[in-house]
Amino acid sequence: MSRALITSGPMGSGLNLPAVDMSTSIASFETPMPVFTASGCAAAGKELDQFFDITQIGGIVTKSVMLNARSGRATPRMAETPSGMLNSIGLQGPGIDAFIENDLAWLRQRGARTVVSIAGGSVEEYGKLAAKLRNVEGISAIEVNISCPNVEDRGQVFACDPNSASQVIQAVKRNSDTRVPIIAKLSPDVTNIVTIAQSVERAGADAVAVINTTLGMVINLDTMRPALAGITGGLSGPAIRPMAVRCVWQIHQALPDLPILGMGGIRNGDDALQFIFAGASAVSVGTVTFNDPSAPMRVQNELEVALAMRGFTTLREAIGYAHRGPDLDEVAEEQE
Amino acid sequence: MAPLQLTGQVLDVRRAGMYTVLSLTAPGLAERTKPGHFLNIGIGGDESGLLLRRSFAIYQAQSRGVYGGSVDIVVGVHGKGTQWLVERRRHDNLSIVGPLGKPFTLPKDPANCILVGGGYGTAPLFMLADQLRERGCRVDVIAGAATEEKLFGTLEIKRAASTLTVTTEDGSMGVQGRVTDVLDDIITKTSADVIYACGPMGMLAAVANVAAARGVYAQCSVEESMACGIGVCMTCVLPVIGDDGITRMVRSCVEGPVFRGDRVRWSEVGTVPTDALGAPTEGH
Repeated sequence: MSRALITSGPMGSGLNLPAVDMSTSIASFETPMPVFTASGCAAAGKELDQFFDITQIGGIVTKSVMLNARSGRATPRMAETPSGMLNSIGLQGPGIDAFIENDLAWLRQRGARTVVSIAGGSVEEYGKLAAKLRNVEGISAIEVNISCPNVEDRGQVFACDPNSASQVIQAVKRNSDTRVPIIAKLSPDVTNIVTIAQSVERAGADAVAVINTTLGMVINLDTMRPALAGITGGLSGPAIRPMAVRCVWQIHQALPDLPILGMGGIRNGDDALQFIFAGASAVSVGTVTFNDPSAPMRVQNELEVALAMRGFTTLREAIGYAHRGPDLDEVAEEQE
Repeated sequence: MAPLQLTGQVLDVRRAGMYTVLSLTAPGLAERTKPGHFLNIGIGGDESGLLLRRSFAIYQAQSRGVYGGSVDIVVGVHGKGTQWLVERRRHDNLSIVGPLGKPFTLPKDPANCILVGGGYGTAPLFMLADQLRERGCRVDVIAGAATEEKLFGTLEIKRAASTLTVTTEDGSMGVQGRVTDVLDDIITKTSADVIYACGPMGMLAAVANVAAARGVYAQCSVEESMACGIGVCMTCVLPVIGDDGITRMVRSCVEGPVFRGDRVRWSEVGTVPTDALGAPTEGH
């Protein structure tokens, strides 16, 4: 198989590197490219398509949609934090029917690979959402957002309890097309994320998305009150990257066969490569898209260069590479 | 036309009272700019800890010239991000995205227009005044601020206006009081057909109220804090009544920043009205 050379791109100029086979899979979902948007950071793809060709990345993960139209929370909904931000949107959206009719139809017509993210207030709502998506064309996978921190009742964060998480995944699995893989989106706000990952895998999840935002808070020193109308919000951005890499590492170590869509503060190709080495099969670029609207495309190009520079000819060989046993030269040194 | 993402170079940095005017090369962007459009700028470079871009109304756009298109913005220092920006110097590079948002709508036929600017909210009104005049419109300007030093461009805008009325709350310049203290009178004197306003939300609400009471069509450019400016983050929402009479929480970055004065539910900005589409129901 002949390969083109990477000679252009943001980091590639002047380098003569062999092109890398970037194809990967998230369970049965095969994709030629490994970088996705993250739910809530790309709406339904249309706006970002003005800045880069959305069909050229792994795919669009749409903003989590609920059964009915939802206004979201009052403003302020956002606060900037060191290398990150807090958000408290509250899952504003059009509801599943309008989403299928407008947003999903547009994505299908555009030819973008699409992961539909769903969120419910009850196990039953998740089941209904899955049923609505059954037999709808153009869905590569379903992300089950069981970890949004911006719900009225924090007790309803299903991903914080193994049993609730499991019930939601079972409900989605029962109601959805068996050919469409189910990705459970997990929260880092738990004592042991491996327990939750094991629980959703047993319930039938085909993959996990790791991580959602972590709960945070900022006090506005002018008003001397919480900066967000919702009081608390989800922290995202490069500030949480080490936490995200750790979660991916732990899950991959415990469940090496469970595909992981890794995310949390990815800003460039090197960041993305950390997630791949930690065990992610693909990655999402989220908050950094607010800083650079073409970030998903840029990160994908940079990731290819970062892999090529380390001698990888396929992305698949790099997945979980940081978990390998001692290298031969290290073994040799120890024996000397 | 779709917004552009580009690297612009600082051409000039100049003080204007308490504000700083930055001139930036922006090939392609200037040509696409209409009055009321905004742009946003990345702060601190590729590894900056300040992730969120800062948004600015476009003050001037020169589509031709030695730099092949340039734009001017007016910056007021509010925090670390804007402080970093005013410290830029000639030849520094900046990441620019724009033009963004829905601009002001211009009348098809000559009309009598009042332009109201609060503080440096006058910035997008200069291009607007010029284009209105080109269409044969009468332009009267009201510029208001708390104090004289918080006004922007009052000398310059005189050129494009039939009359300029300045108000300051402390009386340090012009009429002591607020823009709405003089607005009613000027509507009468000029037989105004349209009011264009840009400034703080409180001022816009007051202007929209006067316009509604007098039956004058108003367009208001709102100021909401934004994270992305391109319509994906959903942080800059406010309650706006649609053509179908239904209130929705709409994004001021893509559905605004210019809204019809009678469509924004001004007194409920910052809240979700209970009759808004998808508003939380009781007990949920």
